Amino acid sequence: MSQYPINPAFVAEGKLSDNERLKADSDHLRGTITTDLQDEITGGFNGDNFMLIRFHGMYQQDDRDIRAERAAQKLEPLHNVMLRARMPGGIITPTQWLAIDRFAAEKTMYGSIRLTTRQTFQFHGVLKPNIKPMHQFLHDIGIDSIATAGDVNRNVLCTSNPVQSELHQQAYQWAVKISEHLLPKTRAYAEIWLDEEKVETTEQEPILGDTYLPRKFKTTVVIPPDNDIDVHANDLNFVAIAENGQLVGFNVLVGGGLAMTFGDTSTYPRRADELGFIPLEHTLQVAEHVVTVQRDYGDRVNRKNAKTKYTIDRIGLDNFRREVEQRVGVPFEPVRPYTFTNRGDRIGWVEGIDGKHHLTLFIENGRVLDFPGRPLKTGLAEIAKVHSGDFRMTANQNLIVAGVPSEQKAQIEQLARKYGLIDDGHSEQRKNSMACVAFPTCPLAMAEAERYLPELVTKVEGLLGKHQLADEHIVLRVTGCPNGCGRAMLAEAGLVGRAPGKYNLYLGGDRVGSRVPKLYLDNVGEAEILTALDQLIGRWAIERLANECFGDFVIRAGVVAEVKVSKTDFHA
Amino acid sequence: MLLSSLVAQASPLTEQQVQQLQGLVSQLNPIQQAWVSGYLAASAQLAGGALPQQAAASAAPAATLTILYGSQTGNARHVAEQLAAQAKAKQWAVNLLDMADYKANQLKNEQFLTIVTSTYGEGEPPENAEAFYKFLFSKKAPKLPQLKYAVLGLGDTSYEFFCKTAQDFDQRLAELGATALQGRQDLDVDYESAASSWNQALIEVLEPEFKESAAPASGAQVIAWPGQTAAAASSYNKQQPFAAELYTNQKITGRDSSKDVRHIEISLAGSDLSYQPGDALGVYFDNDPALVRELLQITAIASTAPVRLGEQRLTIAEALTSQLELTQSYPAFVDKYAAAIGSEALQALAADKTALRDYLALRQIIDIVREHPGMPSAQQLVDALRKQQPRLYSIASSQTEVEDEVHLTVGVVRYDAFGSTHLGGASGFLAERLAEGDTVRVFVEKNDNFRLPVNDDTPIIMVGPGTGIAPFRAFLQEREQRGASGDNWLFFGNPHFTQDFLYQVELQRYLKQGLLTRLDVAFSRDQAEKIYVQHKLLKQGSDVFAWLERGAHLYICGDGNRMAKDVHQALLAIIQQHGGKSPEQAEQYLDELKQAKRYQKDVY
Repeated sequence: MSQYPINPAFVAEGKLSDNERLKADSDHLRGTITTDLQDEITGGFNGDNFMLIRFHGMYQQDDRDIRAERAAQKLEPLHNVMLRARMPGGIITPTQWLAIDRFAAEKTMYGSIRLTTRQTFQFHGVLKPNIKPMHQFLHDIGIDSIATAGDVNRNVLCTSNPVQSELHQQAYQWAVKISEHLLPKTRAYAEIWLDEEKVETTEQEPILGDTYLPRKFKTTVVIPPDNDIDVHANDLNFVAIAENGQLVGFNVLVGGGLAMTFGDTSTYPRRADELGFIPLEHTLQVAEHVVTVQRDYGDRVNRKNAKTKYTIDRIGLDNFRREVEQRVGVPFEPVRPYTFTNRGDRIGWVEGIDGKHHLTLFIENGRVLDFPGRPLKTGLAEIAKVHSGDFRMTANQNLIVAGVPSEQKAQIEQLARKYGLIDDGHSEQRKNSMACVAFPTCPLAMAEAERYLPELVTKVEGLLGKHQLADEHIVLRVTGCPNGCGRAMLAEAGLVGRAPGKYNLYLGGDRVGSRVPKLYLDNVGEAEILTALDQLIGRWAIERLANECFGDFVIRAGVVAEVKVSKTDFHA
Repeated sequence: MLLSSLVAQASPLTEQQVQQLQGLVSQLNPIQQAWVSGYLAASAQLAGGALPQQAAASAAPAATLTILYGSQTGNARHVAEQLAAQAKAKQWAVNLLDMADYKANQLKNEQFLTIVTSTYGEGEPPENAEAFYKFLFSKKAPKLPQLKYAVLGLGDTSYEFFCKTAQDFDQRLAELGATALQGRQDLDVDYESAASSWNQALIEVLEPEFKESAAPASGAQVIAWPGQTAAAASSYNKQQPFAAELYTNQKITGRDSSKDVRHIEISLAGSDLSYQPGDALGVYFDNDPALVRELLQITAIASTAPVRLGEQRLTIAEALTSQLELTQSYPAFVDKYAAAIGSEALQALAADKTALRDYLALRQIIDIVREHPGMPSAQQLVDALRKQQPRLYSIASSQTEVEDEVHLTVGVVRYDAFGSTHLGGASGFLAERLAEGDTVRVFVEKNDNFRLPVNDDTPIIMVGPGTGIAPFRAFLQEREQRGASGDNWLFFGNPHFTQDFLYQVELQRYLKQGLLTRLDVAFSRDQAEKIYVQHKLLKQGSDVFAWLERGAHLYICGDGNRMAKDVHQALLAIIQQHGGKSPEQAEQYLDELKQAKRYQKDVY
């Protein structure tokens, strides 16, 4: 029960979803996971444990490419888990990097490290016997995967801007503090994975609640003018406001989110709204109470409407703000001015105001693996062996070799070039394209995404070249399903998977990620998508205003209607 | 039919008992008769040595020819049956027995004994001969001055200990004072005609002994011993296989497995073949046409060259394709081929038996011919090769579930050596060359030494790593269909969990349904130290012993060279530890299980 007075008018009525039963019965996320780990007959998890391991940062997956083949072989699907680490702000040390590099090579089916849009890394294809050792080795190097999935506050993002070194450091510290503050308090993780003793205490979850949140919850700390973390894809955003280079407080934005369900118009991608400004000292309290308000009023009956964005649309932004203010005990101040001008990463070297050098490496699809002729994974390990700064994973799936002293710059550059980590041939288009993982590992994928993106980009590059726009780009994103990992619902051109080879094409997002695109083509194949893009890029080349981006052009030209208010406009 | 012509003189029964038995039998249908015979056999064994020897001896005044077979694949049984039939035709009293069913303490009363036996592995007796062999070589073995005997050995000259068990029996019976009726013969895999001759010769030797004591002319007295009664005689057999249709050929190991195991489904529709869980399917196969072509090319023989094969006249291509052995090599081929092509190098190799065995270990016929090309005549080549022997596969299905299908679990023999890929004869045929819908010649080889308990309530423990799981799939199907309430515990093992968990989905279902009470798996190469089924047995030792104590039957199927021995040792350790027994007592415990047919093996 909530420690705060509840307004019953704001509570969704009806029978609680089965996930609510599951969480309530889980003994604070323990379930019978330990028993399942001993079960040698299946590589998967049984019953509720299948869902509960998500709260511990893992998803049960299988190699979907060979699912039918294995069924014919009378073998169960090739069950394995994907692990998503908790890395607030995406910062990882060279020592940690070398350790995860080795684990990926030795103990995962795919041998890769995946940099994700949640600014962290994932291991894909970890078989059951390796799961516990994985958590233990991560613990040994100071990493965990607590609450990186499930109905909790997940990994907290932070703008990767390495130039404003001091401001970044301050913002990053807040990202870490928010992450820690909102973590589940249960000792389940330590007991199950780290063999820590069960302590006889009455466990409580004062912030998340004993049945945790109604749905996943995503938080960011963003430093304008960069919007690399895509505020409108997140439930809660702290927009850094600085004075004289010093962080003084945050504008708080709530209710962003991109997931939707095909055929269900009560679901839609939605921009975040502004709650107001808060000085630094209230940061944790505000974070906590945006969470507790969502905890108490989020829809626990219909999971498809359970996210913060729907809570706000249901109870109203003002009511939501008032609830938070009452619980924090301090009103929000008016929002301070801020502008986003950029969403991509600055590929290549930049010099920070502290005089250190930072090299942003473009990692296509975030896949760190040794490819033929491009041994990226080995290259990063070689850099990690000599690097004295740290690495920063970006929300665009790239990697920054950060904090390189002048005298080491040449050596790092030489290594990066040697192993194909610097490729001057990457077009702007390629650097501004993104996809989620999808096949073969993601159980939700309906169509290819990551494996398809490189060739799609090549074709779009061809179209741009054809219309004399080779140096231009369109923010292009592909996701295998409508759940939003690849953030296609904030792209200028977004493809969302419907079925193998079939996508919905959405147009009209903008460069900085402040507009949700609108459906242009429904359930079509590549040929139709390329024909449409060819025609539209052709018009854009001729009709565009100065510096007008593709997404703005298609709105102005009336190709698609602008989505201003998602609830009313997106499905209109 | 048999019992209706049974007479007291030829059996251990009194005249009154014979009448009572005949009265009962006349009311029974064949299935009931089969059940009764199994029931009586089981109760006789449970009664231990309670079979009254005196009565047995005194009630059999007429000379009886006792024929015992020790058989792994059924060949020795067939030869023994043939001998029994010949003797029966002469109206002699014949006692034909599986060696496992023979009461060894009756030996001192025997007058005429014939043993037909194969040899297993490294010179060991076949499974069903183990107990008798042990007895004969123990201190308990009686002097046998009254006994006249003959021993016939069946074997394979490519093995080092060719026909060793037959030699051991022969030598030991002589040591115990028995007299040989005729000389022992050790026959290679193409034993058929030589075995017939040996049988015929033996009948002739015995003729004078039996002339006077021949039973009255009341018909045959071959006593079909209980336990052999199961499969009704079919018109299809080893000599006349059924041309069956291949339904399914499905690989059941994962794409990254080091093993290629196939689930094979064959239709028996249109035949009268039937089988029971525990039986094997004999499979004839065609050799790889590419292999035949290459062989003819190297030896410069036209594929249409006529050859003789016994009574048959056919082309050499036909003979090589479907009649002769091309995949398993053996010493006799080297001898004959070397002579035919006049190769001194090969002749020298053939003279050194140890070197020859090493040489033949991985080589198929084609490798030898490639390395030593020559030009034998078509007939010489045919004469150098031996007749194809059908391969036996433990049946992996129960007819109660699959009706007129038969399922196999076939490990494909495939290896690279001497610059080419080698395939097993039958496994290569089934897995690679036979298309679904094609025909394969098959027959049922029954195995009464591998049977589910008659009582459905009896718990069973099954140890079947690798393709050894096959008969247990049949057992589980059978028990599910019968609604058998007995507990079922399976131990399975293979190299890797993700790739080699044969029938994983089916077993998971059985476990969920409760048909499988327990399932313990050992995946040897999923961790640093190798874990095999015997380790899993040891780990569960206390429960294993408890199951045995409450009457569980124990079955082992699979590799006999290592696994079955390691499992046996593990069982001894378990019985010692959890039963508080000495090593000798543990041995005895297992011996008793074996005697009671509660410890059965199907190993290869």
